[in-house]
Amino acid sequence: MRSIYLKELSSFFSSLTGYMVLVIFLLITGLFAWVFSNTSIPSYNYASIGQLFVIAPMVFLFLIPALTMQTFAQEKQQRTMEFLNTKPLTDRQIVLGKYFACMTLVALAILPTLIYYYSVYQLGSPRGNIDSGATIGSYIGLFLLASVFVSIGLFMSSLTDNQIVAFILTAFSCFLVYFAFSFIGDLPSLFGKWDDLVKYFGIEYHYDNISKGRIDTRDVIYFVSLASMFIWLTMVSLSRRRW
Amino acid sequence: MSIVVNSLTKTYGQQNAIDAISFSADKGEIVGLLGPNGAGKTTTMKILTCFMPPTSGSAEVCGLTVGKADIEIKKKIGYLPEHNPLYGTMYVKEYLQFVERIHQLGKDTNRIGRLIELVGLEREQNKKISQLSKGYKQRVGLAQAMIHDPEVLILDEPISGLDPNQLVEIRSLISNLKKDKTVIFSSHILQEVESICDKIVILDKGKIVASDSLTTLNSTSDKALTITIELLNGINADILSQIDGVERVESISDKEYLISSNYDNRAEIFDQIVGSGNKLVGMIKEKKSLEAVFKNVTQGRK
Repeated sequence: MRSIYLKELSSFFSSLTGYMVLVIFLLITGLFAWVFSNTSIPSYNYASIGQLFVIAPMVFLFLIPALTMQTFAQEKQQRTMEFLNTKPLTDRQIVLGKYFACMTLVALAILPTLIYYYSVYQLGSPRGNIDSGATIGSYIGLFLLASVFVSIGLFMSSLTDNQIVAFILTAFSCFLVYFAFSFIGDLPSLFGKWDDLVKYFGIEYHYDNISKGRIDTRDVIYFVSLASMFIWLTMVSLSRRRW
Repeated sequence: MSIVVNSLTKTYGQQNAIDAISFSADKGEIVGLLGPNGAGKTTTMKILTCFMPPTSGSAEVCGLTVGKADIEIKKKIGYLPEHNPLYGTMYVKEYLQFVERIHQLGKDTNRIGRLIELVGLEREQNKKISQLSKGYKQRVGLAQAMIHDPEVLILDEPISGLDPNQLVEIRSLISNLKKDKTVIFSSHILQEVESICDKIVILDKGKIVASDSLTTLNSTSDKALTITIELLNGINADILSQIDGVERVESISDKEYLISSNYDNRAEIFDQIVGSGNKLVGMIKEKKSLEAVFKNVTQGRK
Protein backbone atom coordinates (compact mmCIF):
# COMPACT_ATOMS: atom_id res chain seq x y z
CA MET A 1 0.00 0.00 0.00
CA ARG A 2 2.82 2.34 0.90
CA SER A 3 4.38 2.00 -2.55
CA ILE A 4 1.13 2.98 -4.29
CA TYR A 5 0.52 5.79 -1.81
CA LEU A 6 3.95 7.32 -2.40
CA LYS A 7 3.71 6.87 -6.14
CA GLU A 8 0.32 8.59 -6.32
CA LEU A 9 1.43 11.41 -4.11
CA SER A 10 4.57 12.03 -6.12
CA SER A 11 2.57 11.88 -9.34
CA PHE A 12 0.28 14.64 -7.99
CA PHE A 13 3.26 16.86 -7.44
CA SER A 14 5.26 15.91 -10.50
CA SER A 15 2.32 16.94 -12.65
CA LEU A 16 0.33 20.11 -12.19
CA THR A 17 -2.64 18.34 -10.58
CA GLY A 18 -1.46 18.63 -7.00
CA TYR A 19 -0.47 22.28 -7.18
CA MET A 20 -3.60 23.20 -9.09
CA VAL A 21 -5.86 21.62 -6.49
CA LEU A 22 -4.07 23.42 -3.67
CA VAL A 23 -3.93 26.78 -5.41
CA ILE A 24 -7.48 26.78 -6.74
CA PHE A 25 -8.94 25.66 -3.43
CA LEU A 26 -7.13 28.35 -1.47
CA LEU A 27 -7.76 30.99 -4.10
CA ILE A 28 -11.50 30.46 -4.28
CA THR A 29 -12.06 30.02 -0.55
CA GLY A 30 -9.75 32.96 0.14
CA LEU A 31 -11.61 35.25 -2.25
CA PHE A 32 -15.02 34.34 -0.90
CA ALA A 33 -13.94 34.44 2.73
CA TRP A 34 -11.96 37.67 2.66
CA VAL A 35 -12.48 39.69 -0.50
CA PHE A 36 -15.98 39.49 -2.00
CA SER A 37 -18.07 41.74 0.18
CA ASN A 38 -21.25 39.70 -0.10
CA THR A 39 -19.73 36.71 1.59
CA SER A 40 -16.59 37.90 3.26
CA ILE A 41 -15.91 37.29 6.93
CA PRO A 42 -14.99 40.94 7.76
CA SER A 43 -18.28 42.26 6.37
CA TYR A 44 -20.22 39.59 8.24
CA ASN A 45 -19.57 41.39 11.52
CA TYR A 46 -19.51 38.19 13.53
CA ALA A 47 -16.29 36.44 14.50
CA SER A 48 -16.98 33.25 12.61
CA ILE A 49 -15.39 31.42 9.69
CA GLY A 50 -18.66 29.69 8.86
CA GLN A 51 -18.47 31.10 5.33
CA LEU A 52 -15.47 28.90 4.60
CA PHE A 53 -17.49 25.77 5.33
CA VAL A 54 -20.27 26.85 3.00
CA ILE A 55 -17.91 27.51 0.10
CA ALA A 56 -15.47 24.63 0.60
CA PRO A 57 -17.97 21.84 -0.28
CA MET A 58 -18.85 23.70 -3.50
CA VAL A 59 -15.19 23.91 -4.44
CA PHE A 60 -14.70 20.24 -3.61
CA LEU A 61 -17.66 19.45 -5.82
CA PHE A 62 -15.53 20.08 -8.89
CA LEU A 63 -11.97 19.88 -7.51
CA ILE A 64 -12.21 16.39 -6.06
CA PRO A 65 -13.57 14.88 -9.30
CA ALA A 66 -10.63 16.54 -11.06
CA LEU A 67 -8.30 14.97 -8.54
CA THR A 68 -9.73 11.47 -8.62
CA MET A 69 -10.64 11.19 -12.30
CA GLN A 70 -7.19 9.95 -13.27
CA THR A 71 -6.71 7.44 -10.43
CA PHE A 72 -7.93 4.37 -12.30
CA ALA A 73 -9.09 5.71 -15.67
CA GLN A 74 -5.56 6.73 -16.58
CA GLU A 75 -4.01 3.48 -15.37
CA LYS A 76 -6.46 1.58 -17.52
CA GLN A 77 -5.90 3.76 -20.52
CA GLN A 78 -2.11 3.48 -20.24
CA ARG A 79 -2.52 -0.25 -19.52
CA THR A 80 -0.47 0.22 -16.36
CA MET A 81 -3.35 -1.39 -14.49
CA GLU A 82 -2.14 -4.67 -15.96
CA PHE A 83 1.28 -3.90 -14.55
CA LEU A 84 -0.11 -3.24 -11.05
CA ASN A 85 -2.35 -6.28 -11.19
CA THR A 86 0.52 -8.60 -11.96
CA LYS A 87 2.69 -7.26 -9.16
CA PRO A 88 2.36 -8.69 -5.64
CA LEU A 89 -0.31 -6.17 -4.63
CA THR A 90 -3.87 -6.89 -3.61
CA ASP A 91 -6.73 -4.84 -5.03
CA ARG A 92 -7.31 -3.51 -1.54
CA GLN A 93 -3.75 -2.21 -1.30
CA ILE A 94 -4.08 -0.48 -4.66
CA VAL A 95 -7.42 1.15 -3.81
CA LEU A 96 -6.45 2.23 -0.31
CA GLY A 97 -3.06 3.52 -1.45
CA LYS A 98 -4.76 5.76 -3.98
CA TYR A 99 -7.49 6.72 -1.53
CA PHE A 100 -5.09 7.86 1.16
CA ALA A 101 -2.97 9.73 -1.38
CA CYS A 102 -6.03 11.72 -2.49
CA MET A 103 -7.04 12.33 1.13
CA THR A 104 -3.55 13.58 1.91
CA LEU A 105 -3.84 16.12 -0.86
CA VAL A 106 -7.25 17.21 0.39
CA ALA A 107 -5.85 17.57 3.89
CA LEU A 108 -2.98 19.64 2.51
CA ALA A 109 -5.53 21.92 0.84
CA ILE A 110 -7.60 22.32 4.00
CA LEU A 111 -4.64 22.80 6.33
CA PRO A 112 -3.66 26.38 5.33
CA THR A 113 -7.21 27.56 6.08
CA LEU A 114 -6.33 27.22 9.75
CA ILE A 115 -4.84 30.66 9.20
CA TYR A 116 -8.39 31.93 8.65
CA TYR A 117 -9.29 30.61 12.06
CA TYR A 118 -6.23 32.19 13.61
CA SER A 119 -6.93 35.54 11.94
CA VAL A 120 -10.54 35.67 13.09
CA TYR A 121 -9.43 34.55 16.54
CA GLN A 122 -7.06 37.50 16.68
CA LEU A 123 -9.50 39.97 15.11
CA GLY A 124 -12.42 39.04 17.35
CA SER A 125 -13.54 41.55 19.89
CA PRO A 126 -12.70 40.68 22.56
CA ARG A 127 -9.77 38.65 21.22
CA GLY A 128 -10.52 34.94 20.92
CA ASN A 129 -14.24 35.51 20.66
CA ILE A 130 -14.90 32.69 18.20
CA ASP A 131 -16.89 29.50 18.56
CA SER A 132 -13.94 27.10 18.56
CA GLY A 133 -16.14 24.05 19.08
CA ALA A 134 -18.18 24.74 15.98
CA THR A 135 -14.99 25.39 14.01
CA ILE A 136 -13.42 22.09 15.03
CA GLY A 137 -16.68 20.34 14.21
CA SER A 138 -16.79 22.04 10.83
CA TYR A 139 -13.25 20.97 10.01
CA ILE A 140 -14.07 17.38 10.90
CA GLY A 141 -17.25 17.61 8.85
CA LEU A 142 -15.40 19.00 5.85
CA PHE A 143 -12.81 16.26 6.03
CA LEU A 144 -15.49 13.56 6.28
CA LEU A 145 -17.36 15.09 3.37
CA ALA A 146 -14.17 15.10 1.31
CA SER A 147 -13.54 11.47 2.20
CA VAL A 148 -16.95 10.56 0.77
CA PHE A 149 -16.33 12.61 -2.39
CA VAL A 150 -12.94 10.96 -2.89
CA SER A 151 -14.37 7.47 -2.47
CA ILE A 152 -17.09 8.27 -5.02
CA GLY A 153 -14.40 9.62 -7.35
CA LEU A 154 -12.29 6.46 -7.07
CA PHE A 155 -15.30 4.30 -7.81
CA MET A 156 -16.36 6.31 -10.87
CA SER A 157 -12.78 6.33 -12.16
CA SER A 158 -12.63 2.55 -11.79
CA LEU A 159 -15.68 2.19 -14.02
CA THR A 160 -14.21 3.75 -17.12
CA ASP A 161 -10.96 4.32 -18.93
CA ASN A 162 -12.01 7.81 -19.96
CA GLN A 163 -11.03 10.54 -17.52
CA ILE A 164 -13.66 13.00 -18.72
CA VAL A 165 -16.40 10.46 -18.18
CA ALA A 166 -15.00 9.79 -14.71
CA PHE A 167 -14.98 13.50 -13.94
CA ILE A 168 -18.56 14.09 -15.02
CA LEU A 169 -19.88 10.98 -13.28
CA THR A 170 -18.11 11.93 -10.07
CA ALA A 171 -19.19 15.56 -10.09
CA PHE A 172 -22.77 14.56 -10.79
CA SER A 173 -22.83 11.83 -8.11
CA CYS A 174 -21.26 14.09 -5.51
CA PHE A 175 -23.84 16.72 -6.33
CA LEU A 176 -26.58 14.14 -5.95
CA VAL A 177 -25.52 12.84 -2.56
CA TYR A 178 -24.74 16.33 -1.30
CA PHE A 179 -27.80 18.33 -2.41
CA ALA A 180 -30.38 16.18 -4.12
CA PHE A 181 -31.80 14.61 -1.00
CA SER A 182 -32.40 17.94 0.70
CA PHE A 183 -33.89 19.38 -2.47
CA ILE A 184 -36.25 16.45 -2.81
CA GLY A 185 -37.08 16.65 0.87
CA ASP A 186 -37.92 20.32 0.45
CA LEU A 187 -40.37 19.69 -2.38
CA PRO A 188 -43.78 20.59 -1.04
CA SER A 189 -46.14 17.71 -0.26
CA LEU A 190 -44.15 15.03 -2.03
CA PHE A 191 -43.23 12.89 0.92
CA GLY A 192 -45.16 14.71 3.62
CA LYS A 193 -44.01 13.59 7.00
CA TRP A 194 -41.20 11.52 5.46
CA ASP A 195 -39.40 14.69 4.33
CA ASP A 196 -36.93 14.50 7.17
CA LEU A 197 -36.10 10.90 6.43
CA VAL A 198 -35.35 11.76 2.79
CA LYS A 199 -33.06 14.58 3.87
CA TYR A 200 -31.38 12.21 6.25
CA PHE A 201 -29.91 10.25 3.32
CA GLY A 202 -28.12 13.31 1.95
CA ILE A 203 -24.74 14.61 3.04
CA GLU A 204 -25.98 18.15 3.66
CA TYR A 205 -28.09 17.16 6.64
CA HIS A 206 -25.17 15.45 8.41
CA TYR A 207 -22.66 18.05 7.36
CA ASP A 208 -24.81 20.83 8.83
CA ASN A 209 -25.19 18.84 12.02
CA ILE A 210 -21.48 18.37 12.52
CA SER A 211 -20.77 21.98 11.53
CA LYS A 212 -22.70 23.12 14.57
CA GLY A 213 -19.95 21.59 16.63
CA ARG A 214 -22.02 18.66 17.74
CA ILE A 215 -20.14 15.53 16.74
CA ASP A 216 -22.84 12.93 16.74
CA THR A 217 -21.70 9.35 16.21
CA ARG A 218 -24.67 8.83 13.88
CA ASP A 219 -23.33 11.49 11.54
CA VAL A 220 -19.81 10.12 11.72
CA ILE A 221 -21.06 6.62 11.05
CA TYR A 222 -23.05 7.96 8.09
CA PHE A 223 -19.92 9.44 6.49
CA VAL A 224 -17.65 6.53 7.29
CA SER A 225 -20.09 3.94 6.00
CA LEU A 226 -20.77 5.90 2.81
CA ALA A 227 -17.04 6.20 2.12
CA SER A 228 -16.44 2.53 2.96
CA MET A 229 -19.25 1.49 0.67
CA PHE A 230 -17.74 3.29 -2.31
CA ILE A 231 -14.27 1.97 -1.52
CA TRP A 232 -15.71 -1.51 -1.43
CA LEU A 233 -17.53 -0.91 -4.71
CA THR A 234 -14.23 0.21 -6.22
CA MET A 235 -12.62 -3.06 -5.22
CA VAL A 236 -15.56 -4.97 -6.70
CA SER A 237 -15.22 -2.97 -9.88
CA LEU A 238 -11.50 -3.78 -10.10
CA SER A 239 -12.16 -7.47 -9.63
CA ARG A 240 -14.35 -7.44 -12.74
CA ARG A 241 -11.35 -8.55 -14.79
CA ARG A 242 -11.63 -11.93 -13.09
CA TRP A 243 -15.26 -12.48 -14.05
CA MET B 1 9.05 -28.24 -13.14
CA SER B 2 8.77 -24.47 -12.92
CA ILE B 3 5.63 -24.21 -14.96
CA VAL B 4 2.99 -26.81 -15.56
CA VAL B 5 -0.04 -25.94 -17.61
CA ASN B 6 -2.75 -28.55 -17.73
CA SER B 7 -5.67 -28.43 -20.19
CA LEU B 8 -6.00 -24.72 -19.65
CA THR B 9 -9.07 -23.10 -21.21
CA LYS B 10 -10.18 -19.50 -21.28
CA THR B 11 -13.48 -18.50 -22.80
CA TYR B 12 -14.45 -14.95 -23.70
CA GLY B 13 -18.16 -14.95 -24.33
CA GLN B 14 -18.66 -17.73 -26.86
CA GLN B 15 -15.11 -17.83 -28.12
CA ASN B 16 -12.37 -20.01 -26.74
CA ALA B 17 -9.27 -17.82 -26.54
CA ILE B 18 -7.31 -20.87 -25.52
CA ASP B 19 -8.67 -24.35 -25.69
CA ALA B 20 -7.33 -27.08 -23.40
CA ILE B 21 -3.66 -26.33 -23.81
CA SER B 22 -1.02 -28.22 -21.85
CA PHE B 23 2.70 -27.71 -21.70
CA SER B 24 5.44 -27.47 -19.13
CA ALA B 25 8.76 -25.78 -18.63
CA ASP B 26 11.75 -26.80 -16.58
CA LYS B 27 14.02 -24.59 -14.58
CA GLY B 28 16.61 -23.01 -16.85
CA GLU B 29 14.59 -23.51 -20.01
CA ILE B 30 13.62 -20.82 -22.45
CA VAL B 31 10.25 -21.58 -23.94
CA GLY B 32 8.98 -19.69 -26.95
CA LEU B 33 5.25 -19.26 -27.39
CA LEU B 34 4.66 -18.88 -31.05
CA GLY B 35 1.65 -18.24 -33.14
CA PRO B 36 -0.18 -15.83 -35.40
CA ASN B 37 -2.11 -12.91 -33.93
CA GLY B 38 -5.04 -14.00 -31.83
CA ALA B 39 -3.62 -17.45 -31.22
CA GLY B 40 -3.89 -17.14 -27.44
CA LYS B 41 -0.31 -16.32 -26.47
CA THR B 42 -1.17 -13.27 -24.40
CA THR B 43 -4.15 -14.97 -22.80
CA THR B 44 -1.93 -17.83 -21.67
CA MET B 45 0.51 -15.37 -20.17
CA LYS B 46 -2.19 -13.36 -18.44
CA ILE B 47 -3.36 -16.51 -16.74
CA LEU B 48 0.15 -17.54 -15.70
CA THR B 49 0.73 -14.09 -14.19
CA CYS B 50 -2.54 -14.33 -12.22
CA PHE B 51 -4.01 -11.36 -14.07
CA MET B 52 -7.15 -13.35 -14.73
CA PRO B 53 -8.26 -16.84 -13.83
CA PRO B 54 -8.72 -19.62 -16.38
CA THR B 55 -12.22 -20.81 -17.26
CA SER B 56 -11.12 -24.36 -16.65
CA GLY B 57 -7.93 -26.36 -16.34
CA SER B 58 -5.04 -25.51 -14.09
CA ALA B 59 -1.73 -23.75 -14.17
CA GLU B 60 1.12 -24.16 -11.71
CA VAL B 61 4.05 -21.83 -11.25
CA CYS B 62 6.89 -23.06 -9.04
CA GLY B 63 4.55 -25.59 -7.49
CA LEU B 64 1.91 -22.98 -6.61
CA THR B 65 -1.50 -23.11 -8.22
CA VAL B 66 -2.81 -20.06 -10.07
CA GLY B 67 -5.94 -18.83 -8.33
CA LYS B 68 -4.91 -20.16 -4.93
CA ALA B 69 -1.64 -18.44 -4.11
CA ASP B 70 -1.69 -15.47 -6.47
CA ILE B 71 0.35 -13.08 -4.37
CA GLU B 72 3.03 -15.73 -3.78
CA ILE B 73 3.18 -16.50 -7.49
CA LYS B 74 3.39 -12.83 -8.41
CA LYS B 75 6.43 -12.53 -6.15
CA LYS B 76 8.18 -15.26 -8.12
CA ILE B 77 7.28 -13.94 -11.56
CA GLY B 78 8.70 -11.11 -13.55
CA TYR B 79 6.28 -10.05 -16.26
CA LEU B 80 6.77 -7.78 -19.20
CA PRO B 81 3.30 -7.23 -20.67
CA GLU B 82 2.62 -6.67 -24.34
CA HIS B 83 2.91 -2.99 -25.29
CA ASN B 84 5.13 -2.56 -22.23
CA PRO B 85 3.02 -0.26 -20.04
CA LEU B 86 5.13 2.32 -18.21
CA TYR B 87 4.48 5.55 -16.36
CA GLY B 88 5.68 8.12 -18.86
CA THR B 89 5.81 10.95 -16.37
CA MET B 90 8.23 9.13 -14.06
CA TYR B 91 11.98 9.18 -14.26
CA VAL B 92 13.72 5.89 -14.96
CA LYS B 93 15.19 5.61 -11.48
CA GLU B 94 12.04 6.85 -9.80
CA TYR B 95 10.06 4.18 -11.59
CA LEU B 96 12.47 1.43 -10.63
CA GLN B 97 12.40 2.61 -7.01
CA PHE B 98 8.62 2.40 -7.15
CA VAL B 99 8.80 -1.20 -8.37
CA GLU B 100 11.41 -1.94 -5.73
CA ARG B 101 9.01 -0.68 -3.06
CA ILE B 102 6.14 -2.74 -4.46
CA HIS B 103 8.27 -5.84 -4.04
CA GLN B 104 9.36 -4.68 -0.59
CA LEU B 105 12.94 -5.54 -1.42
CA GLY B 106 14.50 -3.61 1.39
CA LYS B 107 17.67 -1.63 1.41
CA ASP B 108 20.20 -2.30 -1.28
CA THR B 109 21.39 1.01 -2.58
CA ASN B 110 23.09 -0.57 -5.51
CA ARG B 111 20.35 -2.83 -6.80
CA ILE B 112 18.96 -0.33 -9.27
CA GLY B 113 22.45 0.64 -10.40
CA ARG B 114 23.31 -2.98 -11.19
CA LEU B 115 20.02 -3.46 -12.99
CA ILE B 116 20.54 -0.37 -15.10
CA GLU B 117 23.93 -1.69 -16.08
CA LEU B 118 22.56 -5.15 -16.84
CA VAL B 119 19.94 -3.90 -19.29
CA GLY B 120 22.23 -1.21 -20.71
CA LEU B 121 20.39 1.92 -19.60
CA GLU B 122 23.40 3.80 -18.22
CA ARG B 123 23.16 6.66 -20.69
CA GLU B 124 19.44 7.13 -20.26
CA GLN B 125 19.13 6.58 -16.53
CA ASN B 126 18.40 10.20 -15.65
CA LYS B 127 15.71 10.73 -18.26
CA LYS B 128 11.98 10.73 -18.05
CA ILE B 129 10.51 7.50 -19.35
CA SER B 130 8.39 9.33 -21.93
CA GLN B 131 11.57 10.75 -23.46
CA LEU B 132 13.09 7.34 -24.14
CA SER B 133 13.01 5.62 -27.50
CA LYS B 134 11.10 2.40 -27.88
CA GLY B 135 14.14 0.19 -27.40
CA TYR B 136 15.11 1.89 -24.18
CA LYS B 137 11.56 1.76 -22.90
CA GLN B 138 11.70 -1.96 -23.55
CA ARG B 139 14.83 -2.15 -21.39
CA VAL B 140 13.08 -0.29 -18.59
CA GLY B 141 10.29 -2.85 -18.92
CA LEU B 142 12.80 -5.68 -18.68
CA ALA B 143 14.50 -4.06 -15.69
CA GLN B 144 11.13 -3.76 -14.00
CA ALA B 145 10.46 -7.45 -14.61
CA MET B 146 13.83 -8.56 -13.25
CA ILE B 147 14.22 -6.26 -10.26
CA HIS B 148 13.27 -8.90 -7.70
CA ASP B 149 15.38 -11.60 -9.31
CA PRO B 150 12.34 -13.76 -10.17
CA GLU B 151 12.48 -17.49 -10.77
CA VAL B 152 10.21 -17.19 -13.78
CA LEU B 153 10.28 -14.48 -16.42
CA ILE B 154 7.28 -14.05 -18.66
CA LEU B 155 7.89 -11.74 -21.57
CA ASP B 156 5.12 -10.89 -23.99
CA GLU B 157 6.60 -9.93 -27.35
CA PRO B 158 9.74 -8.47 -25.80
CA ILE B 159 11.44 -7.79 -29.09
CA SER B 160 8.74 -6.49 -31.35
CA GLY B 161 9.47 -3.07 -32.77
CA LEU B 162 13.17 -2.93 -31.91
CA ASP B 163 15.87 -2.00 -34.37
CA PRO B 164 18.35 -4.72 -35.39
CA ASN B 165 21.04 -3.63 -32.90
CA GLN B 166 18.68 -3.47 -29.99
CA LEU B 167 17.29 -6.79 -31.07
CA VAL B 168 20.66 -8.45 -30.79
CA GLU B 169 21.30 -6.89 -27.39
CA ILE B 170 17.94 -7.81 -25.89
CA ARG B 171 18.23 -11.30 -27.34
CA SER B 172 21.62 -11.85 -25.76
CA LEU B 173 20.29 -10.41 -22.52
CA ILE B 174 17.52 -13.00 -22.50
CA SER B 175 19.78 -15.89 -23.38
CA ASN B 176 22.26 -14.85 -20.69
CA LEU B 177 19.53 -15.11 -18.10
CA LYS B 178 18.75 -18.68 -18.79
CA LYS B 179 21.07 -20.43 -16.34
CA ASP B 180 18.89 -20.19 -13.27
CA LYS B 181 15.63 -18.83 -14.58
CA THR B 182 12.72 -20.15 -16.54
CA VAL B 183 11.82 -17.82 -19.35
CA ILE B 184 8.60 -17.93 -21.33
CA PHE B 185 8.36 -15.50 -24.13
CA SER B 186 6.04 -14.98 -27.02
CA SER B 187 6.73 -13.76 -30.48
CA HIS B 188 5.56 -13.97 -34.00
CA ILE B 189 9.03 -13.33 -35.34
CA LEU B 190 10.25 -16.84 -35.90
CA GLN B 191 13.96 -16.13 -36.18
CA GLU B 192 13.90 -14.82 -32.63
CA VAL B 193 12.44 -17.94 -31.18
CA GLU B 194 14.74 -20.06 -33.25
CA SER B 195 17.86 -18.36 -31.99
CA ILE B 196 17.23 -18.40 -28.27
CA CYS B 197 14.61 -20.95 -27.31
CA ASP B 198 15.18 -24.47 -26.06
CA LYS B 199 11.63 -25.44 -26.65
CA ILE B 200 8.80 -23.99 -28.62
CA VAL B 201 5.07 -24.22 -28.30
CA ILE B 202 3.17 -23.25 -31.43
CA LEU B 203 -0.35 -22.05 -30.84
CA ASP B 204 -3.02 -21.48 -33.42
CA LYS B 205 -6.60 -20.43 -32.73
CA GLY B 206 -6.23 -21.33 -29.09
CA LYS B 207 -4.87 -24.83 -29.61
CA ILE B 208 -1.35 -26.19 -29.44
CA VAL B 209 -0.40 -27.39 -32.89
CA ALA B 210 3.19 -28.28 -32.11
CA SER B 211 5.19 -28.43 -28.95
CA ASP B 212 8.67 -29.79 -28.86
CA SER B 213 12.33 -28.98 -28.73
CA LEU B 214 13.66 -27.11 -31.69
CA THR B 215 15.75 -29.96 -33.12
CA THR B 216 12.88 -32.42 -33.08
CA LEU B 217 10.58 -29.93 -34.72
CA ASN B 218 13.10 -29.32 -37.44
CA SER B 219 13.76 -32.97 -38.15
CA THR B 220 10.14 -34.01 -38.16
CA SER B 221 9.21 -31.61 -40.88
CA ASP B 222 9.59 -33.13 -44.30
CA LYS B 223 13.02 -33.79 -45.74
CA ALA B 224 12.74 -31.47 -48.70
CA LEU B 225 15.41 -28.82 -48.79
CA THR B 226 16.70 -25.93 -50.80
CA ILE B 227 20.28 -25.69 -52.02
CA THR B 228 21.95 -22.60 -53.37
CA ILE B 229 24.84 -23.16 -55.74
CA GLU B 230 27.29 -20.80 -57.32
CA LEU B 231 29.28 -21.69 -60.39
CA LEU B 232 32.36 -20.23 -62.01
CA ASN B 233 30.86 -20.27 -65.51
CA GLY B 234 27.31 -20.19 -66.76
CA ILE B 235 25.43 -23.45 -67.13
CA ASN B 236 22.26 -24.59 -68.78
CA ALA B 237 19.54 -25.01 -66.18
CA ASP B 238 18.36 -28.18 -67.93
CA ILE B 239 21.50 -29.98 -66.84
CA LEU B 240 20.64 -29.22 -63.24
CA SER B 241 17.03 -30.27 -63.45
CA GLN B 242 18.05 -33.71 -64.75
CA ILE B 243 19.90 -34.49 -61.53
CA ASP B 244 18.29 -37.19 -59.43
CA GLY B 245 16.00 -35.73 -56.74
CA VAL B 246 15.83 -32.20 -58.11
CA GLU B 247 12.30 -30.89 -58.29
CA ARG B 248 12.74 -27.33 -59.35
CA VAL B 249 15.56 -25.07 -60.47
CA GLU B 250 15.36 -21.34 -60.10
CA SER B 251 18.03 -19.16 -61.57
CA ILE B 252 19.21 -16.19 -59.61
CA SER B 253 21.74 -15.23 -62.28
CA ASP B 254 23.33 -17.38 -64.96
CA LYS B 255 25.94 -18.48 -62.44
CA GLU B 256 23.73 -18.86 -59.36
CA TYR B 257 20.85 -21.25 -58.94
CA LEU B 258 18.36 -22.20 -56.27
CA ILE B 259 17.63 -25.91 -56.36
CA SER B 260 14.71 -27.49 -54.57
CA SER B 261 15.28 -31.17 -53.94
CA ASN B 262 13.19 -33.80 -52.27
CA TYR B 263 16.18 -35.25 -50.43
CA ASP B 264 19.73 -34.19 -49.62
CA ASN B 265 21.38 -34.76 -53.01
CA ARG B 266 24.30 -32.41 -52.73
CA ALA B 267 26.81 -35.09 -53.73
CA GLU B 268 24.95 -35.80 -56.99
CA ILE B 269 24.77 -32.09 -57.77
CA PHE B 270 28.49 -31.75 -57.22
CA ASP B 271 29.31 -34.73 -59.47
CA GLN B 272 27.03 -33.53 -62.24
CA ILE B 273 28.50 -30.05 -62.31
CA VAL B 274 32.08 -31.18 -62.17
CA GLY B 275 31.28 -33.84 -64.76
CA SER B 276 30.00 -31.20 -67.14
CA GLY B 277 33.38 -29.43 -67.00
CA ASN B 278 32.19 -26.52 -64.89
CA LYS B 279 33.57 -25.47 -61.53
CA LEU B 280 31.50 -25.29 -58.38
CA VAL B 281 32.54 -22.35 -56.19
CA GLY B 282 29.75 -22.38 -53.65
CA MET B 283 27.04 -24.62 -52.32
CA ILE B 284 24.81 -23.80 -49.34
CA LYS B 285 22.18 -26.00 -47.82
CA GLU B 286 19.41 -23.72 -46.62
CA LYS B 287 18.44 -24.63 -43.11
CA LYS B 288 14.89 -25.78 -42.85
CA SER B 289 13.59 -22.78 -41.01
CA LEU B 290 11.03 -22.63 -38.31
CA GLU B 291 9.08 -20.52 -40.73
CA ALA B 292 8.41 -23.59 -42.78
CA VAL B 293 7.43 -25.61 -39.74
CA PHE B 294 5.16 -22.80 -38.66
CA LYS B 295 3.51 -22.59 -42.06
CA ASN B 296 3.07 -26.32 -42.19
CA VAL B 297 1.36 -26.62 -38.87
CA THR B 298 -0.75 -23.49 -38.93
CA GLN B 299 -1.91 -23.50 -42.52
CA GLY B 300 -2.92 -27.11 -42.53
CA ARG B 301 -5.67 -26.24 -40.10
CA LYS B 302 -7.49 -23.62 -42.08
